[in-house]
Amino acid sequence: MTTSAPARRTAARIPVRLDRRYLPVLGTFVVLALMLVVGGTRYDNFLTPAVVSNLFINNAHLVVLAVGMTFVILTGGIDLSVGAVLALSTVVTAALLQAGWPVPVVLPLAVGVGTVIGLAHGVMIHLFQVQPFVATLAGMFFARGLCFLIAPESIAIGDPAFVELASWVQIAGQWRMTSSVLIAAIVLGVAFLALHFTRFGRTVYAIGGGEQSALLMGLPVARTTVLAYVVSGTCAGLGGLLFAMYSRSGYSLTGVAMELDAIAAVVIGGTLLTGGTGFVLGSVLGVLVLGLIQTVITFEGTLSSWWTRIVIGVLLLVFVLLQRVLSLRRT
Amino acid sequence: MTQQTPPPVVELTGVTVEFPPVKALDGVDLHLRPGEIHALMGENGAGKSTLIKALTGVHTPTEGTVVVDGVERRFSGPADARAHGVSTVYQEVNLCENLTVAENIMLGAEPRVLGGLHWRAMRRQAATHLRRMGLDIDPASSLGSHSLAVQQLVAICRATVGDCKVLILDEPTSSLDTDEVEHLFTVMRSLRDDGVAILFVSHFLDQVYEVSDRMTVLRNGRLVGEYVTADLPAAELVQHMIGRSMDVLEAAEEVAERTERPAGATPLLQVLGLGRKGSIQPFDLDLYEGEVVGLAGLLGSGRTELARLLTGADRADTGQARVAGRPTRLRNPRTAMGHGIAYTSEDRKGEGVVDGLTVRENIVLALQAERGWMRPLPRRQVDEIVARYIEQLGIRPADPEALLRNLSGGNQQKVLLARWLATAPRLLVLDEPTRGIDVGAKAEIQKLVADLAAGGMSVVFISAELEEVLRLSHRIAVLRDRRKVAEIDGEGASTAQVVDLIAGGGAA
Repeated sequence: MTTSAPARRTAARIPVRLDRRYLPVLGTFVVLALMLVVGGTRYDNFLTPAVVSNLFINNAHLVVLAVGMTFVILTGGIDLSVGAVLALSTVVTAALLQAGWPVPVVLPLAVGVGTVIGLAHGVMIHLFQVQPFVATLAGMFFARGLCFLIAPESIAIGDPAFVELASWVQIAGQWRMTSSVLIAAIVLGVAFLALHFTRFGRTVYAIGGGEQSALLMGLPVARTTVLAYVVSGTCAGLGGLLFAMYSRSGYSLTGVAMELDAIAAVVIGGTLLTGGTGFVLGSVLGVLVLGLIQTVITFEGTLSSWWTRIVIGVLLLVFVLLQRVLSLRRT
Repeated sequence: MTQQTPPPVVELTGVTVEFPPVKALDGVDLHLRPGEIHALMGENGAGKSTLIKALTGVHTPTEGTVVVDGVERRFSGPADARAHGVSTVYQEVNLCENLTVAENIMLGAEPRVLGGLHWRAMRRQAATHLRRMGLDIDPASSLGSHSLAVQQLVAICRATVGDCKVLILDEPTSSLDTDEVEHLFTVMRSLRDDGVAILFVSHFLDQVYEVSDRMTVLRNGRLVGEYVTADLPAAELVQHMIGRSMDVLEAAEEVAERTERPAGATPLLQVLGLGRKGSIQPFDLDLYEGEVVGLAGLLGSGRTELARLLTGADRADTGQARVAGRPTRLRNPRTAMGHGIAYTSEDRKGEGVVDGLTVRENIVLALQAERGWMRPLPRRQVDEIVARYIEQLGIRPADPEALLRNLSGGNQQKVLLARWLATAPRLLVLDEPTRGIDVGAKAEIQKLVADLAAGGMSVVFISAELEEVLRLSHRIAVLRDRRKVAEIDGEGASTAQVVDLIAGGGAA
């Protein structure tokens, strides 16, 4: 076995070290690029700063959700509550602002709601060995119900400080972004660092690769599992805040089925639902692909917006099949 | 032994572990000295695993003391034990295949920079550790891309990172081939010479004799004794382990007497050019009633792949099969079962027994599946079948309601055999039925195989142990690099001859 090792080593070094782990993400990237090119040639005004900015602005909250979801899926779990938690966070934000609470108090509270729910999930899943699907399903009903309890109707947000926060930020020349995009970018950066440069992040991957193994390797499995759900819950809370900035309102029916969008983005981004393989950058690409489908269909004009769903469904299937082929070839 | 012996680094005294009402360990002593390879011997269920778990804090002893380095310890778990220099490498590689080799070695003791992982230093340190093991692999490659043997060595590598005084190796060789075992032994010896105490558990007696300095023998949870390996003849050791004379073992020796096959007989299963891309090259094979055909070859030579094609577990993409002369497509295990072909996988846990069900449920599983769920077996008949096989195969505990996960490996294997025997197959394909089980149970299974063939069944027998294949088989198909390279008569074939064929006819 030692004799064949050097051969493998050189073989892996010479072609620009393309690990097959990056293949799914690369696939997503290619799809994204193709869509941009096709869109750009087919429609005028497609590749303008405004359209691209809007792509980011419209999906900033989904990026944050998908980033949080990536942590959970990497451990081999799932979080079905993020859509409902997002809605709860918008409602809490709007209701508290309406009641006259100051913005610096409201913001951490809105995010904290998600953190607490995430913590509850983690504890249920780890301590009581409840299936992640069931635990977060319960969390989803709980959060959605709580939304209606607080405010069944949509509440508009008029607080000037909050509106100011949600306004445009000049980046360079023509480029303008909302602060929500910047926040999403920061979240992405932090998540990337956490996953790849901390023991917590590597433990997330290890748990996905085999929880029993991770346990026997002496890694802090308990803490990490709980923390992954806390991350997802917090991201959902933050996502709610971003969505409230975006829609200037809090409404208990926002984000219905948004958890499924987040999961779809993560899967399209190349993360395996069985855990252990995937990248947070891929999830962001996944969100952009979803957003771009929407944009293309808007540009097409004649198509019903429900085509978005059909295309997403097809794309999801293609990507899952692709992953299947890749993982089959590996074994 | 003539110089002064160093004080033991691990000293277990009178350790008792109870799972009421069973005493899994009853007052066992163990002395591990630095710089020795100490074999822990015993049949399945003798308490070897329990002893290891008591030492590493997985189980808490109800009585007795665990002293490590002169301090009495009660470890809270493997991680705690490891922090005090006691590392364990298990039979199954317990690492994460999706992470890189470097991570698998270093996680938990990883170098850091600015509060984050220092990848470059991590790879560098991992490479140093790998070199010490004589492994030249890229630390940045993912663990899953390496063979099981390399993964096993990486696991040992991980165990020796940091201050490792005691290394426990639980069946490290069960899935390695000869060269790989040699490499492992070289590593073990060099660790020993560095003063590490190694506790080595293996079912392979010759390996134990090759590498160990002293041994502790357990039987039924009790200590039989502590011996210097060189002073204990193998026959005596086996007697210590099984606690009875060698009758059963000798019975198996006489198996090879053969029943004459009538000339011109139709093969029960005949395959022509059967093959599957990426799995095994097309091969021919005839299987007759009353005959044991052994498959010999190295790990990964295509033994299992061949068996899976014969039994419909994988679908062939070329070639054809004839059952009793009639062309048949073996599409899936169910059609194969319909033709009386049964298959027990080498992966007993994953593809064999259902460990959350009882012995009874496991035994009738295949029979019931064959009948269909519409026609449940009458309970009286089930009880009768189960009782018969428990008796015939000597399944212990002889309790139909025992959960399978509480049975030892050898007994799980017997239950698996019973399941297929209950369907009265005409062809039985056994993939590694004796792997990881003790000497006594092994002999019983070998004898059973011989009896079944004598009774007219056709058996395909796969084993990594060449001696076993040679002894049991009437014919032997030799595999190399996923190709059937030869077929020889079992009688009169010598180990050297088969090894030669496996190695490439002496030419390579």
